[in-house]
Amino acid sequence: MGFEIIQPGLLSTLQDEGRYGYRKYGVISSGPMDHFAHRSANILVGNSAGACALEMTLLGPSMLAKEDMIAALCGAETDAELDGIRVPMWRPFVIPKGSKLNVHYAVKGCRAYLAVSGGFKALPIMGSQSTYLRAGLGGYKGRALQAGDRLGVCEPQRLSTSEGFKRFQGEVSTYIRPHYEDNPILRVVWGNEAAHFTAESRSRFAEQSFRVTPQSDRMGYRLAGSQLNPVDGLAQGMVSEAVTPGTIQVPSSGQLILLMADCQTTGGYPRIAHVITADLPLAAQVKPGGTLRFRAISHQEAQEQLLRQAMNLRLLEVGVQARVRNQHG
Amino acid sequence: MTPFGYECRPLGDSGLVIQLGTSIEVSLLKQIRQLAVYLEKNRFEGFIELITAYTTITIFYDSMLVYSYNLAQNARGKARRNGITNSLLPYDIVLQHIETLMAQYVQQENESQMSELGNIVDIPVCYGGCYGPDLPDVAAYHQVSPEEIVRLHTSSVYPVYMIGFAPGFPYLGGLSERLATPRKSEPRTKIPAGSVGIGGAQTGIYPLETPGGWNLIGCTPLALFRPDAHPPSLLEAGDRVRFVSIPSEQFEQLRERKQDDGL
Repeated sequence: MGFEIIQPGLLSTLQDEGRYGYRKYGVISSGPMDHFAHRSANILVGNSAGACALEMTLLGPSMLAKEDMIAALCGAETDAELDGIRVPMWRPFVIPKGSKLNVHYAVKGCRAYLAVSGGFKALPIMGSQSTYLRAGLGGYKGRALQAGDRLGVCEPQRLSTSEGFKRFQGEVSTYIRPHYEDNPILRVVWGNEAAHFTAESRSRFAEQSFRVTPQSDRMGYRLAGSQLNPVDGLAQGMVSEAVTPGTIQVPSSGQLILLMADCQTTGGYPRIAHVITADLPLAAQVKPGGTLRFRAISHQEAQEQLLRQAMNLRLLEVGVQARVRNQHG
Repeated sequence: MTPFGYECRPLGDSGLVIQLGTSIEVSLLKQIRQLAVYLEKNRFEGFIELITAYTTITIFYDSMLVYSYNLAQNARGKARRNGITNSLLPYDIVLQHIETLMAQYVQQENESQMSELGNIVDIPVCYGGCYGPDLPDVAAYHQVSPEEIVRLHTSSVYPVYMIGFAPGFPYLGGLSERLATPRKSEPRTKIPAGSVGIGGAQTGIYPLETPGGWNLIGCTPLALFRPDAHPPSLLEAGDRVRFVSIPSEQFEQLRERKQDDGL
């Protein structure tokens, strides 16, 4: 049941909201690069926001549906089509049994998320279905999809509302979506080691563009740009401490590393800043070759943005549920 | 950094770092491990997980859960009693949780370290009346009954930090805030030996007749200073004192016995 994978795409992995509770054992959180698109897709098909969905990078898969499903596609703009008919994004749609979904390329952005009602089947490892690629754990056999794979789908929680999904009008408002751009400005808060950089370095950090090099992946983006160096002995490295997705490290080369979903749990490089959680989805949608800029905001504002985004998603959830129930009658 | 001196700072917008030391050392490792165990056992609403590093413990929390739970608590009036108001952002709420937990942890650590100190010495005390002429004033100052003052005074164990001021005079720690009473504005010229007093945040026992400004709440028939004994002081630094309330008949009995000892 579920899907048969015909072409797997460039890097397609199953991800739920992430693996939490095991950081102290060095186990990373993984999960979606763009948590906003991931959660939206799940909400649109009536799943809990953190359910297991498919993250598709740059070139998406083509897959054969073995059963009727309600699905949603969010994130990077794709030319996805179902048996030749263009698939709408940011709203639920029906995948009939026997049809072929072809996701194609990400026209704008980098990562798209396919959620199906009920969620994809994957054995939880340490409480999560997310794929930990480096360790070969979780998701679909601990790896990206390959041709011939069979993706199972769980029974939807609320079968009775499937009619409501089928007749769903409207899409996720652009008002609440992150301001996705090819070359976004990412808001950051200063890191603990920012004070060890000269004022001039910090200015350059906040003004100049940095290019996402091809040596960028789910673990982190290696950025090329203005070289930044700490002013004192911190160049030799500091005592290792916790890092998170969004942390921007400055190794002795002076070239920045923006840590992402599959990053390590601790690091010893100076941390000049952290991309705010609310803007991580923007970072996730930048392709290699794209550029980033950074803008420092206060810790307070960063929290406010995070809360606002979380509340918007909660409102989306309530709105979708209400609309689905209404249309069901 | 002193033991249990610590500083908190944010990690990005969804973490809190507790800085406990500045260099890699084994004693800090032990402290960090113990504290981590304590924090994991006492999770606040919204706590996700923590990790430890050489000199830090980092707390990861769910901002939305922390924020909305605090709002709900505030609506029920509980948070106001705990000192948390609804205008706080998640980091500030978590910081307050951590500060509360750290204070509790330090207290627990103190108590367990106390138990590793020296002997518990029970000091019988007759409270009030002619034995403790300032007991009514202390009670009035704290707006409780004299019996409550006695109950509070006898329900703690007091570590002896040092002996000084007069032979055998113990400086005791651990006086409850609810007993601390400012010294008398006019010190007495004569305080009977054995008087148990409260001066500010301290409590102690006068071993000899001396002038003094403490509030006298009771008297012990025991001799704290015995010139012929080895050691000459009943108490030593590191001992722990417990006060036991006795009636005046028993006081006179014990005092007679003391006089029979030729002291």
